[in-house]
Amino acid sequence: MKPVTRVVGRALPLDRANVDTDQIIPAHWLKRTLRTGYKDGLFEAWRKDPEFVLNDQRFRGAAILVAGANFGSGSSREHAVWALQENGFEAVIAPSFADIFRNNAVKCGLLTAQLPADVVTSLMRAVETEPSILIVIDVAERTVMAPAITAQFPLDDHTQHRLLSGLDDIDLTMRHQDEITRFEARRPEWLPRLRA
Amino acid sequence: MGATLSEKVWERHVVRRAAGEPDLLYVDLHLVHEVTSPQAFDGLRLAKRTVRRPDLTLSTMDHNVPTTPKTPADEISRAQMDAMGRNAREFGLVLYPMGDPDQGIVHVISPQLGLTEPGMTIVCGDSHTSTHGAFGAIAFGIGTSEVEHVLATQTIWQRKPGTMAVTVEGELPHGVWAKDVILGIIARIGVGGGVGRIIEYRGSTIRALSMDGRMTICNMSIEAGARAGMVAPDDTTFAYVERRAHAPKGALWEQALDDWRSLPTDADAKFDTEVRIDASELRPYVSWGTNPSQTVTIDERVPDPSALPADRRESAERALRYMDLRPGTAIRDIPVDAVFVGSCTNARLEDLRVASEIVRGRRVKPGIRALVVPGSMLVKAQAEKEGLDRIFRDAGFDWRDAGCSMCLGMNPDVLQPGERCASTSNRNFEGRQGPGGRTHLVSPAVAAATAIAGHFALPEDL
Repeated sequence: MKPVTRVVGRALPLDRANVDTDQIIPAHWLKRTLRTGYKDGLFEAWRKDPEFVLNDQRFRGAAILVAGANFGSGSSREHAVWALQENGFEAVIAPSFADIFRNNAVKCGLLTAQLPADVVTSLMRAVETEPSILIVIDVAERTVMAPAITAQFPLDDHTQHRLLSGLDDIDLTMRHQDEITRFEARRPEWLPRLRA
Repeated sequence: MGATLSEKVWERHVVRRAAGEPDLLYVDLHLVHEVTSPQAFDGLRLAKRTVRRPDLTLSTMDHNVPTTPKTPADEISRAQMDAMGRNAREFGLVLYPMGDPDQGIVHVISPQLGLTEPGMTIVCGDSHTSTHGAFGAIAFGIGTSEVEHVLATQTIWQRKPGTMAVTVEGELPHGVWAKDVILGIIARIGVGGGVGRIIEYRGSTIRALSMDGRMTICNMSIEAGARAGMVAPDDTTFAYVERRAHAPKGALWEQALDDWRSLPTDADAKFDTEVRIDASELRPYVSWGTNPSQTVTIDERVPDPSALPADRRESAERALRYMDLRPGTAIRDIPVDAVFVGSCTNARLEDLRVASEIVRGRRVKPGIRALVVPGSMLVKAQAEKEGLDRIFRDAGFDWRDAGCSMCLGMNPDVLQPGERCASTSNRNFEGRQGPGGRTHLVSPAVAAATAIAGHFALPEDL
């Protein structure tokens, strides 16, 4: 993973709550066996509506998606994160995120900035009024900055460190091999095992 | 202060805990299927890593598999299943491929094989992994990067979730099933009501349910946004697990039982949040919208968005447009085009028994496409032994092989644009069962009665 220190860019306002991962990327795209090739799958069904915000030229090239609460609910498909990233999104700002989506995003270096609902609404209105405004998300400072808006988002030290360093999660865990091996020695004998 | 069931199971699996870090949790069982794993195996190959514990990893094919020889898999699906086969061979995993008598939906086969047991940690690249919580295990869905991490290390970094008790007390009214209980719970707490928490389902109603019913409830925990759902293990659980292929035997069984009996939440434990539901107030539910909290009871009408709280109005309006429904329409007056009995939510033997009893000696309303897709080939075989396949076929249902099928439309079983389906599955999202398809979530009993009546119905309406 590449380190993520800050995201600077314009935003795209998706004023809907409970955007599920089936909408972000429909299931038939999940037949692919590669990590790439999901660009055209992003919001495939909603995109057919010419009025859908992703088709609005004013928001072309946006790097930040501003969305409603419980973003990324439903299926565990990481393809939703990949599809957003292939379309140039580096961050999502929302009042809340579904747990699995948030985990997947951080593994792939897609920032998820959770802000209070009223701040997200202000941001949404600001971007709708003036699509060219720049938003800055700073990982080290844990801040989202836009004209007349500065807000802190929660980010634990561990995740922050991983984002800033771009460390591979598995490499990081491999450093604790001894602890894993010790744990395995303590596991009760009755736990099920498959013959391999 | 005592500990809750989820806290006890969590604490037993902490490999490493340090300030400022999430916990590093050991994974007792990793379930793998063809759709969310190929990129993870590629990652292992690229970094020259191996699977740490093939003996704790089970793989199968379920999402893509065709459920009848009449509709073979398309080329891309076949390639994905082939990749699963190759990866299982290369990394030394046990695989139940299409055609195997133990093949089926991953969340149906693992309990059947006795691999899902109380007190375990179970993960899978599928959000409905929460199903296994019915046994008192912590089980949750993960993404492909995490699948790769678990394959390589048998562990996962996780922040400890909060605790939530959902207590359902009393006897279920006639015609109300586990599916209605969970739909009723989601209607109450909302699709984000469980975010960041593990729900423990408690109370006399839950205790009285079979394992099949408890799995239905835990399965849809993710539809409330929960990290996982659990039910404390009891004699019902032990009776289900005992003598299954991978269950402990002899002295080990006794040791396991002693351990499992210590798992239930202590009397003095505290939950972060508690919700209480009176079972006598539950009715059969039908979803009208495009998320699983948008439901009403079968006796009600499609709601008027303008009468809903402000924060739910806009999504209700959009949902009704997508579903092509008018406010005020009686749920029983809505005709359907298709009926799907299947999915990891409702395709176990109990579900098929209930549905078959209702359609016995009756005929599916002409023009309706009705299919039964058993959750596993073993469920299928058991059902056939009981003659359920005959009942379904005689009534005009298609009787299929096991798979995820029309729950998510990755195989050829899809709705056509505009088609309306009464479905026993778990998600009524836009396009979930096929682009433009309209899904109404119901119990197997309502699905069966609806197939006969042609519109939403209860068995007693027939």
